[in-house]
Amino acid sequence: MYYMGQMALRSGSLDTGGFTFTWQWSNFSDSLSGHEEQLVRSFLYAGSATLIALAIAYPLAYAIALRAGRWKLLLLFAVVAPFFTTYLIRTIAWKTILADQSPAVDVLKFLHLVPQDGRVLATGGAVIAGLTYNFLPFMILPIYASLERMDVRLIEAAKDLYASSTKAFLKVTLPITAPGIVAGVLLTFIPAVGDYVNALLLGGTGQAMVGNVIQSLYLQQRDYPEAAALSFLMMLAILVVVAIYLRLAGSGAFMGEEDEAR
Amino acid sequence: MSGAWAWLRRNALLIYSGVAVMYMLLPIFVIALFSFDQTSGGKLDYTWSGFTLDYWQNAFADPSVNDAMITSLQLAALATIVSTAIGTLMALALVRHRFRGRGVSNLLIILPMATPEIVIGAALLSMFLIYGLELGFTTLFIAHVMFSISFVVVVVRSRLIGFDRSLEEAAADLGAPPLTTFRKITLPLIAPGIVAAALLAFALSIDDFVISNFNSGTTETFPLYIFGVSLRGIPVQVNVLATMLFLVTVIGIGLVLWQQRRAERMASVRPDPEPAV
Repeated sequence: MYYMGQMALRSGSLDTGGFTFTWQWSNFSDSLSGHEEQLVRSFLYAGSATLIALAIAYPLAYAIALRAGRWKLLLLFAVVAPFFTTYLIRTIAWKTILADQSPAVDVLKFLHLVPQDGRVLATGGAVIAGLTYNFLPFMILPIYASLERMDVRLIEAAKDLYASSTKAFLKVTLPITAPGIVAGVLLTFIPAVGDYVNALLLGGTGQAMVGNVIQSLYLQQRDYPEAAALSFLMMLAILVVVAIYLRLAGSGAFMGEEDEAR
Repeated sequence: MSGAWAWLRRNALLIYSGVAVMYMLLPIFVIALFSFDQTSGGKLDYTWSGFTLDYWQNAFADPSVNDAMITSLQLAALATIVSTAIGTLMALALVRHRFRGRGVSNLLIILPMATPEIVIGAALLSMFLIYGLELGFTTLFIAHVMFSISFVVVVVRSRLIGFDRSLEEAAADLGAPPLTTFRKITLPLIAPGIVAAALLAFALSIDDFVISNFNSGTTETFPLYIFGVSLRGIPVQVNVLATMLFLVTVIGIGLVLWQQRRAERMASVRPDPEPAV
C-alpha cells in the first residue's frame, strides 16, 4: 500500500537516466552549471524568510501560549486560517497588496522603507515576504506547542532566584522551547527552498529560484533527466544544510521531542 | 505620560499579537473584499473600483471556474476516502504489530512530509513517465492519495497510541468475533482521529498546486485553473468561490469542534472507570 510513497522517492533518485537508464552522470554537472545562481538564491531567500518568520512567530506564539487567556482559541484560529484558503489565491492576494498603487506600498514609502520611485512587486523583497507569509503557520505551531507544554513555574522559580525577566527568558524559556524552534525552522525552511509559486507570482525575471528552474525543465523544456538530476541535487543540498543545522542545534532534543509534537 | 508608557510596556506583547494576527488575516480579507470589486470586464485588476454584489449573484456564471471546482471536489473526495482508508489501516499495523521493517516504514511515512513538494511532484512525474502512464485524473488521484497518506497515518497513529486495549479484550471475552470488536469498539473510539485525518486530507488535496502542476496532464483542478488564468486575468468568481470555500471550511471546523466538546462533556458525566488495582 505505501509502496507508492516509497516508489516515488526511489524513482526520484533513480530516474537520472531518464528515457533509457545509462548512468549519465554528466546530467548532474550539466544541471548544475548555469543554475548555481538560482540554487544559491533559493537558499538565501528561504533562509531570510525563515529568520523573519522566526522573529515574527516567537513573540506571537509566546503571547498565544502564555498571555492570551480567553482569546487563545481565536488567536490560534487566526494562525491556521490561511490554510483554509487556496495557497495560490493567497499569494495572488499578496500581489494585490503589494501592487504599485496599493495603500500598503504607500505606507512603506512613507516610512522610507521603499524609495519613492521604487516598487515592491517583482523584487527579491516581495518573494521573501511571500515565502515568509505562506510558511509562517509552520513556524508558529511547533513553537506554540513547545511553549504550551512548558511548566510556567520554572520562570517563577528563576525570578525567585533573582533572575531578571530577560535573564529568565534567555536561560529558561528559550532552552526549553528550543526543540519547537528547531522543528519550526525545518518546517519553514525545507518547503521554502523548493517553492516556485512565490518567485513566479511575486518576483520578476531576476528572482527565479531553483524550483522555477526545475519546473520549467520538467514542464516546458521536457528535459527530464537534467530536471531530475537538479531536483536530486537540491534535495542533497537541503539534507546537507539540515544536517549541519541539526548538528549545531543539538539533534538529540529534537529527535526525542518529535513524536510528542506531532 | 508615564502612565501611558507603562501601559504600553505592559501590553506590548498583546498589541504586537494583534498586529501579527492582522497580518495573518490580511490576504484573506483582501480576497473577500475583492470578490465585491466592481471591476471592468469581470477580471481582477488589483485595484479597487467600487462595491458590487454582481459577482456573488452570478457566482456560478463562469463555466470554466465551475468545471475546475467540480474536478477539484471530485478529486479531493476520492483521494480523501482512499487515503483515509489505507492510512488508517497502516496506522493500525504500525502501532499494533511488530514486524520487520517497522522502523523503516515509520521513517518512510515521515519522509514525504519533510520533502519539498516540488521534489515529490517531480519524482511522481518521473515514475509515471517511466511506467508510461497517461497523465490526467488518474495520475492526479494517485499523487494526491500518496501525499495525503502520510498525514492520515500520523494523525490516526497519535489517536491509537493513547488507546486502551483492554476494551477490545473485554469485547473478545464477551464472545465478540474480531470483526465485530473492530466495528463496535475500535472504530468508534478512533473515529475522531479518522475524521480529523480525513478533513486534513481533503484540505491538502483541494489546495494542492505544486504536485498537481506536475502530474495533471490536461486535467484542470481549481488551483491549476487559477494558475492558468493568473497571467491572462482572473475572473472575480474565483474570489467569490474562494471566499465561499473559506466560510464552509470554517463552519465545518466549528461544527467538528463543537461536536467534540459536547462529546467530551457527555463523557465527563459518566462515572470514572475503576482505578486499576
